[in-house]
Amino acid sequence: MGKLKYALFTGCTAKQSTPEQMMSTMAVAEKLDIELVELTEASCCGASHLQDYDDFLSLVLNARNIAYAEKHGLTMVTICNTCQLNTAMTKHRLDNNADLKARVNEKLEEVGLVYAGTSKITHFLYAIIDDFGLDKIKKMVVTPLSQFNIAPFYGCHNIRPSELQNETHDTPENSYNPTSLDDLIIACGGNTVDYEQKNKCCGFHAELQAPKVAATLTGNAIAGAMDGNADWMVTPCPLCHLKLDTQTHHASVAVGREVSLPVLHMQQMIGLALGCPPETLGMKHHVTKVDFV
Amino acid sequence: MSTTTINTQKVNFNVFRFNADEDYLPYYENYSMDVTSEEVVLDILNRIKWDHDGSFSYRRSCRHGICGTCAIKVNGRVTLACKESMTDMIEIFGNELTIEPLSKKRAIKDMIIDKADFWEKHEAVTPYLDTEIDENPTAENLVTPAQANALDEADLCIQCGACHYACPVVEISDAFMGPAAFAAAYRFEADVRDGNDSRLTDVNQMGSGVWDCVKCFECAEACPKEINPIEKIGKLHNMLFQSGQANSNVATRHAVGFEKSIKRNGVLDEGGLVLYSELAGIVKHVPVALKMFSKGKIVPPWGIIKSDNLDEIQKLVKSSSTAKF
Ligand code: SF4
Ligand code: SF4
Ligand code: SF4
Ligand code: FES
Repeated sequence: MGKLKYALFTGCTAKQSTPEQMMSTMAVAEKLDIELVELTEASCCGASHLQDYDDFLSLVLNARNIAYAEKHGLTMVTICNTCQLNTAMTKHRLDNNADLKARVNEKLEEVGLVYAGTSKITHFLYAIIDDFGLDKIKKMVVTPLSQFNIAPFYGCHNIRPSELQNETHDTPENSYNPTSLDDLIIACGGNTVDYEQKNKCCGFHAELQAPKVAATLTGNAIAGAMDGNADWMVTPCPLCHLKLDTQTHHASVAVGREVSLPVLHMQQMIGLALGCPPETLGMKHHVTKVDFV
Repeated sequence: MSTTTINTQKVNFNVFRFNADEDYLPYYENYSMDVTSEEVVLDILNRIKWDHDGSFSYRRSCRHGICGTCAIKVNGRVTLACKESMTDMIEIFGNELTIEPLSKKRAIKDMIIDKADFWEKHEAVTPYLDTEIDENPTAENLVTPAQANALDEADLCIQCGACHYACPVVEISDAFMGPAAFAAAYRFEADVRDGNDSRLTDVNQMGSGVWDCVKCFECAEACPKEINPIEKIGKLHNMLFQSGQANSNVATRHAVGFEKSIKRNGVLDEGGLVLYSELAGIVKHVPVALKMFSKGKIVPPWGIIKSDNLDEIQKLVKSSSTAKF
């Protein structure tokens, strides 16, 4: 296998609210000898909210982002579930509708770009599983996480709608019984926690308009992990991370009990297992203290 | 000629049992059965009733995925019992299966639930063609294929309730209309023959409106007719903006705020977006924001790294925008 190389679409959150995710992504990529070419021209994916306001505009902007990955001739890697959903959804819609693709390209032409549909779009989690291989990760582990019970939190937008998601990676995932993140935990030497909410929603996307609903979902998720005897949680989605890490007060009020657990990004978990120095993983940027490192 | 081999497997079923007239709490009964690869979930329900316990209750009628009565949950997954193959269930979940009604808190007897909330919400969106009929028409009322396609299969809904009871917001908040009611609203809004001018705004004002969806895609995953209700909710959002009927609230400002931020920076200004969406409501976010700030999680507007080639993005926003606010 040659050196793996991807076009990295960071999304906005990794650059702002979750700096620790950006740091740990780069640290882990270096450890795994994966080259990430950052798409500095990319705009926001719209996070499914711009899509509510102006669907066509969101297609044009996402197609532009993909066009830059195509220019590099690389697969686009995302590190946010919602970026993954919106980008992959754009690709799916354009690749299956010649008329829509033509209308979008008419706009892109104005800025000298074209969407061809040649780049794959995959989340870093699946890039690691499909292309790098969990067996190789397993062999590289220097600090097995064997003393920890780790609760995987998948995040909706990596697993649903499953038909679309399964187009983007080779290892099949069933949204009702997902395994990718569990497999990653096991590869890192940890013990996985099975709990009802692991494939449920954290509520992030209705946080402003329906704060009680959102906080209840967040609270249920953390409570489920706690009742499953988890020491901490891990997620591939920075938006889930924000909910689970920073909103524990509102979540506790909503579900009527104190809920709180350290929550790691999947990159931080891999980094710990592979022996990256903790300061390169940004643990000090968490609101809920990561007390075991 | 091909021959199909029928495989048999032993499966352990944990079945939710409850009789609202007699039981204080529900309980689970265990049945172990040999399941053949050609059976569907409904066959198992029938066999529980016929071979094990005649009092076991569930709804079914057509056995052809049309009447919409047989939806239940298998290991938390909503399924139309008469359509779902046992082989698939075993493949996903293994040989330990839990059979439950669509909504445990609405259980009346075993799999039978009180679906009143579903029907009330469905009825509220005027789920029929609402128009003046010319009693002496002189021409046919033609609908072009393109106009028919605009319904986007929303007319295939069998009101089974699978999406409704898979929706986490319905589970938590009685005020939320739910994916099926919204999909029905879309189905009639998108129909050229419909003449109801107020359905869209009515729906937006019913209960907690169309904006409380958390975008979890559970409904899309649940629907046995592949109607994709969340996509229809997105279309209602688009219709509200396109027709200029979206009123200013935290959810609509949040959606519009993305465009504003993208125009300015290419990327999002996360703090600025919350401020623009909440207006005075911002105060309730201050405690969390302070904690985030102390951990280096908030980038001030002047610290935001704008997208390269921002002029392209600005040009595209200008030339491709269609919505109004
Ligand atoms: S789990 Fe929450 S934050 Fe993550 S993708 Fe789903 S809705 Fe978004
Ligand atoms: S996507 Fe929205 S409507 Fe559908 S199940 Fe989730 S919250 Fe409910
Ligand atoms: S939209 Fe689908 S899941 Fe929902 S009630 Fe109709 S047929 Fe059932
Ligand atoms: S029995 Fe009618 S839909 Fe299943």
